[in-house]
Amino acid sequence: MGDKKINKPRRIIIREEYCMGCRLCEVWCIVAHSKSKDIIKAYKGQEPRPVSGIYFEERGAISFTLQCRHCEDAPCLEACLTGAMYRDKKTGMVLHNKDKCVGCWMCIMACPYGVIKPDFKEKKVASKCDLCIEREFPACVEHCPNEAIILVNKKGERIDKE
Amino acid sequence: MRKRLIPDIDYRVPSACGVTGIMNQKGELFSGEAIYASICNMLERGNGLGSGFVAYGIYPELKDYWCFHIMYENEKAKENTEDYLKRNFGIKHSEPIPTKKVKSLKFIPLLWRYFLGIEKNVESAEDYIIKVVMDINKEIEGAFVFSSGKNMGIFKGVGNPDEIGEFFRVPEYKGYIWVSHNRFPTNSVGWWGGAHPFGILDWSVVHNGEISSYGVNKRYLENFGYFCTLSTDTEVITYLFDLLVRRHKIAFETVGNILSAPFWSQIERIENKEERELLKTLRMVYGPALVNGPFSVIVANSSCMVGLNDRIKLRPLVAATKGDFLYISSEEAAIKIVSPQLDKVWMPRAGEPTIGKLM
Amino acid sequence: MAIPKKLREFDVVRDDEKCIRCEVCCRMCANDVHSYDAETDKVSADSAKCVGCHFCEDVCPTEALVIKRNKSQIKRNANWKNDALGNIIKQANTGGVVLIGMGNDRPIRDYFGHIVLNASQVTNPSIDPLREPMELKTFIGSKPDRIELVEKKSKIKNTTEIPPQLELETPVLFTAMSFGSISLNACKSLAKAACDFGTYWNTGEGGLHKDLYPYAHRCIVQVASGRFGVDREYLKKGAAIEIKIGQGAKPGIGGHLPGEKVSAEISSTRMIPEGTDALSPAPHHDIYSIEDLRQLIFALKEATDYKKPVGVKIAAVHNVAPIASGIVRAGADFVVIDGIRGGTGAAPQIIRDNVGIPIELAVAAVDQRLREEGIRHRASLIAAGGIKSSGDVVKAVALGADAVYIGTAALVALGCHLCQRCYTGKCNWGIATQDPYLTKRLNPEIGAKRAYNLLRGWSLEIKEMLGGMGINAIESLRGNKEQLRGVGLHEKELELLGIKHAGEAW
Ligand code: SF4
Ligand code: SF4
Ligand code: SF4
Ligand code: SF4
Repeated sequence: MGDKKINKPRRIIIREEYCMGCRLCEVWCIVAHSKSKDIIKAYKGQEPRPVSGIYFEERGAISFTLQCRHCEDAPCLEACLTGAMYRDKKTGMVLHNKDKCVGCWMCIMACPYGVIKPDFKEKKVASKCDLCIEREFPACVEHCPNEAIILVNKKGERIDKE
Repeated sequence: MRKRLIPDIDYRVPSACGVTGIMNQKGELFSGEAIYASICNMLERGNGLGSGFVAYGIYPELKDYWCFHIMYENEKAKENTEDYLKRNFGIKHSEPIPTKKVKSLKFIPLLWRYFLGIEKNVESAEDYIIKVVMDINKEIEGAFVFSSGKNMGIFKGVGNPDEIGEFFRVPEYKGYIWVSHNRFPTNSVGWWGGAHPFGILDWSVVHNGEISSYGVNKRYLENFGYFCTLSTDTEVITYLFDLLVRRHKIAFETVGNILSAPFWSQIERIENKEERELLKTLRMVYGPALVNGPFSVIVANSSCMVGLNDRIKLRPLVAATKGDFLYISSEEAAIKIVSPQLDKVWMPRAGEPTIGKLM
Repeated sequence: MAIPKKLREFDVVRDDEKCIRCEVCCRMCANDVHSYDAETDKVSADSAKCVGCHFCEDVCPTEALVIKRNKSQIKRNANWKNDALGNIIKQANTGGVVLIGMGNDRPIRDYFGHIVLNASQVTNPSIDPLREPMELKTFIGSKPDRIELVEKKSKIKNTTEIPPQLELETPVLFTAMSFGSISLNACKSLAKAACDFGTYWNTGEGGLHKDLYPYAHRCIVQVASGRFGVDREYLKKGAAIEIKIGQGAKPGIGGHLPGEKVSAEISSTRMIPEGTDALSPAPHHDIYSIEDLRQLIFALKEATDYKKPVGVKIAAVHNVAPIASGIVRAGADFVVIDGIRGGTGAAPQIIRDNVGIPIELAVAAVDQRLREEGIRHRASLIAAGGIKSSGDVVKAVALGADAVYIGTAALVALGCHLCQRCYTGKCNWGIATQDPYLTKRLNPEIGAKRAYNLLRGWSLEIKEMLGGMGINAIESLRGNKEQLRGVGLHEKELELLGIKHAGEAW
């Protein structure tokens, strides 16, 4: 599927007026971050099911999803004591290295969007959107049936999957 | 058993053919030998199922009379028709069309010509003649008017052009426009009336092609009182010319833009706004007169000879001049055999009429 | 007594092996069919509520769902079928008229399906539309029967006045569907697609919402019996005006948009108070005869300075040919004939299924009649109601139409699965609904692209068919019945259609 590590900056744009509240983005986020990358195995198999990197908000007819904004001036980066939270040089993304994480959850406290999820059992950061750095196209964007979330490049131009 | 002259089933006969025409633009008469030689140089474009000639300027002494060439299946049809003619015209002169025996020709109908004067008070002589011709061809069984102009005549039948030309003694006539046709119909219904040229009034048309817009053109013509009885493409083209040139008074140059209309993409590229708008309007109003499908035709009347191709030139057409002579033909060879030294030879572009006019 | 509630139409079949309990189906079905029970960790379905729109099937990420027609059957009976039974049960429950959406679903003969096209072989070369120009440009409007040309300084000029025309890049337009019967997002999708492709869309009788102003230059504004949203501004904004007399799905019947659906947006667009029922009377109460129609036509022309074509839409009924002729003589620039298979947002089922005639016969009859009267050029003819493919477009044009209107086909491009429940306002595809939770499902960017693709795909196919016939401009197909042959049709039907039977040569 030509999945390769990407090396250019990109961003997800949220268009709340088109979010129909299906939450398929969450489903596919989980699949994309699972070991097998297979939807049935990810949900029903023996492997541990990852937590989605997406926050879903809904009230009445209004709904939208939120992933890490990969802020230019990222408070979580400042807050992290161990350097587990770091910025990828090539893409400018804010990523998390579980091995270095000590579970202080300072990043969670600092994130103004509240999009970092804690893992109570392991006392670590459970998940945070990594913009599917391993994939050519983020899973949530690819599977959103209504193009409520779209991908743009550095200049803000839309990137479509071929 | 005798072949029927007028088929009672309406077959449309797709055909591929050879066409050729010669005009002296000063109106000087020349003998039919030239056209005979020209068409006989393209024998392989026909299959013996029809050919014919038309000549303008051949009846100078009777040039003010409508000349009907009529073919009859039997004496009865002749009697009925002559009754009809007597009732509607003054008959100045009538005679059998002179022919020569050609052994290979079979099923020859009775062939007569009549020189007629209109004695009634009619609004338009031309419309009256059209009506009369349509009446006879539709109503009188076994009779078929195949030429109905003044000072011109059509000679045609089932056979190769060399046979038909010899039969009608074509080389003995003298005219200023000569057009001829050699036919290759794709099915076997070959009848004398179905050969080309087709004519009405002083219009004559020879045509090589198959019109895919036939249904549209035919129904469009019905709006204006033309009924296509022969189910041939040539008939449709003839009526379209009559409608546009004679009744709507549109010049040949413009008629070319209707029958073989330029493409929208070509029209859009024209810089002059008025010209662009005119072409657009022509296509909008005369869309049903667009002739679609492959064709090359030569159309003539007493003052012009015009060659025209379909809009993407799917059939061949060559033109040439030598002095006052204009040649239009399916093949250059058919011109060269008559006039080996030409002033100018060219391939008319798709949809661009080649026009010869009496000067 | 044991009361039969309803015949169950569908079975929601879920493959539990595949179901991952994501609850997408539970969230998405507006009919509340699916539900998740945490105790048993099972997703189950109340199939009786399912209308068969296939939305859940479409969004289920594991393809665990299949919606099937319910197999439960009554004793075999040639006369009594589930449909009839179901409607009687409904009526015994409610005592009302049975409502329905979309077009006739009964097996009324589909003449398009019994007509085949011609192609060139040997004597006439077919044309390859990929290499040669192939023209679909179509003009809708009245044409003079001839033009007068004068030559001035060796320049030829036309002196005949040409009435206003709509210029289409393909002989397909989007039919009248009002904002109200469909969502604003659906309107936007079609409007944008029409503008992008170079054809027209139609407001229906719902007025012109201000968000649609950018697409007004390619919009036909409708004037129907309710006169919703009609004012001078509205008439001036549109490219053409269509007086709606009737509609194929419900000839002789008016319209009714229930007050619940008349939201603030709809109220301002239709110019009626919020929450009131929008009632379109069955007839126009100022048109009780053809002279009245003539007055309205000219009133509208006057109001728009004779700059816009004014057309009239009628349902195809028995007397359609003389009626159409009267309409042309009354001054209409185009006539729309809507056949018995035409769609609707809501109609009494008994009317939809039983009133009217098929469009194929109606078009052939009208075209023939107008030709016989020598007035065919005076108005364009648009065929509507049951055009399912580009093949149908070609056949309709060859039968005599200048262009066709599509409605159902356009909605199918936007997702519609013909569940026929448009009147409930719970369209899961976000089309026939005003519920904001549902309408946002139809992203007009995607909708416009899909509707555009449909126009493009059909146009390419039309070009292929034309090329095969050796024709390179659509005007050479219009009324060209020689290119059509009937298969399995009765002599009378062939006569009415004006075509020969397959096997007959020219
Ligand atoms: S997949 Fe798209 S539409 Fe569905 S919840 Fe996520 S963002 Fe919204
Ligand atoms: S959407 Fe499909 S997988 Fe998800 S709960 Fe429904 S049936 Fe199961
Ligand atoms: S109504 Fe539509 S969405 Fe709901 S269960 Fe039936 S098919 Fe699925
Ligand atoms: S528009 Fe919606 S409600 Fe109507 S038939 Fe289509 S899917 Fe069903």
